[in-house]
Amino acid sequence: MKEAPGLLDYARRWPLRLVMIAVGLFLYLPLMVLIVMSFNDSKRTTHWKGFTLDWYSAVFRDTELVQALLNSLTIAAFSTVLSVVLGTLAAIALWRFRFGGRTVLEGAFTLPIVVPEICMGVALLIFFAKVMPWPVGLPWPLNLGAIVIAHVAFSFPFVAVVVRARLASFDRSQEEAARDLGASQWRALLDVVIPHLRPALFAGALLAFTLSLDDFVITFFTAGPDTVTFPVKVYSMVRFSVTPKVNAISTLLLLFTVILTFIALRLQARTESERKA
Amino acid sequence: MDQGVDWRRNKAGFLAVLTPPLGWLLLFFIVPMAVVWAYSFGTNEGIADIRISGTFANYARAIEPLYLGILAKSLAFAALATLVCLVVGFPVALAISFAPANLKTWLLIGVMLPFWTNLLIRTYALIALLRDEGIINNALGFAFGWAGFEPLRMMNTNFAVLVGLVYVHLPFMVLPLYAALDRLDRSLLEASLDLGAGHIRTIFAIVLPLAAPGIASGLLLTFIPVLGSYLAPDLLGGADSQMIANVIERQFKRANDWPFGAALAFMLMYLTFIGIALQSLARRKRERE
Repeated sequence: MKEAPGLLDYARRWPLRLVMIAVGLFLYLPLMVLIVMSFNDSKRTTHWKGFTLDWYSAVFRDTELVQALLNSLTIAAFSTVLSVVLGTLAAIALWRFRFGGRTVLEGAFTLPIVVPEICMGVALLIFFAKVMPWPVGLPWPLNLGAIVIAHVAFSFPFVAVVVRARLASFDRSQEEAARDLGASQWRALLDVVIPHLRPALFAGALLAFTLSLDDFVITFFTAGPDTVTFPVKVYSMVRFSVTPKVNAISTLLLLFTVILTFIALRLQARTESERKA
Repeated sequence: MDQGVDWRRNKAGFLAVLTPPLGWLLLFFIVPMAVVWAYSFGTNEGIADIRISGTFANYARAIEPLYLGILAKSLAFAALATLVCLVVGFPVALAISFAPANLKTWLLIGVMLPFWTNLLIRTYALIALLRDEGIINNALGFAFGWAGFEPLRMMNTNFAVLVGLVYVHLPFMVLPLYAALDRLDRSLLEASLDLGAGHIRTIFAIVLPLAAPGIASGLLLTFIPVLGSYLAPDLLGGADSQMIANVIERQFKRANDWPFGAALAFMLMYLTFIGIALQSLARRKRERE
């Protein structure tokens, strides 16, 4: 039997339910259509012409597309590692030390988060064209260096924010206890502070990885003809020709994102239950 | 509050921790931005050379009616999209924050998941819905074909751009709104309802004022990225729905007029800074109260 909704049980009142359903459809209908069409045996129309996996096999036969995906994953891996290291160092510096201009520096580290992507994109285009040209003709994966540098520049501030928030809950007396017991400051940092940070490091890494894999605008300005990433490749496919291959590869990437999100949620749930225990 | 140790007591440690991230920020963010800024005062000389001549000609061109119009259009798009996000996102955030705990988690994931999926894929997905032979027109044609239904032209219009901007940025609005609404003191709402105010009145008289800081940060968090949007106008819009980011891109990739592109990019930067300054002013005022 269903009870009547409580006084503040807004989620169960029909006007809000209607809005929720409408917004849910708005957010998910385009993605569902995309997934369904990736199995549609028709090159052009949006009418259903029967089930096929042809577009998926076409994706794997497209060596340029596979190479672009491989580039993107490689860039994301390097960018994630560097971003986590730099972001954590920035957060620790701002948390551990008292110095003049700390507020200014804190603001400066959040700048890459708020600056419009297009501005950062053209800035890095000019930088790699005129100030510090990245050598051409380097063997893979070194030719991806400029893109990795760009991705780290906009990702590590996000990691710093996440780690900083976690540091706020750190009990400094634990570190003092370690120091009293004879640990050097580096030992105390590695053995006491870093373990406390672990969930934030995972969250930051996941964030950095997704940001890198997602980025189109900044990469569009830093990528060369032989360093095409997945979003840049898909962009040119979408822009210049309509092919259901894009539906298939998008569906695969969606699946990847869903899996990654659920791993993140599991990790979060586990650290929360550890904290309660 | 604990303020940390004085850096002079541990100079080596301080420098070891701060130098790598600060160096990266300076070299790969501050320096490139400074170069763009310098270029915005530059002149093209020959095909590849740019001289920083200290001219304001690029800015003068950027405020010519054509480009000022595009800037105004971008601001209008951003304002409209932000407003739609607020109107649509507020009830969603309200429902989520008052949902039972287990449902709440799922609803939050539901809002977050599109946020985590690739921006390009999400924008592309809209094309299949909006184009002339897309899902919406097919459905309408199926329903009203007997009445001589003509496909609605939605792709390459301002409407499509607006839909795309809202679609992509809705989570930017819902999440800060949810964070603000979730912290509300429920007893105030119950008191209002007990004293005879209706739900609508309670929302306008109690919830909105209390959630005002969250609404303000949601507005800014949505407005800034919408203003600099590139993909939605590029893929969904027509010739007359280009936004400032598309014009900037054209200067660098096609017209090859970098100084002018740099001036346009910094027009966008100045607007962003004004937005951030306004918000921190508002926050400071609230804190004083």
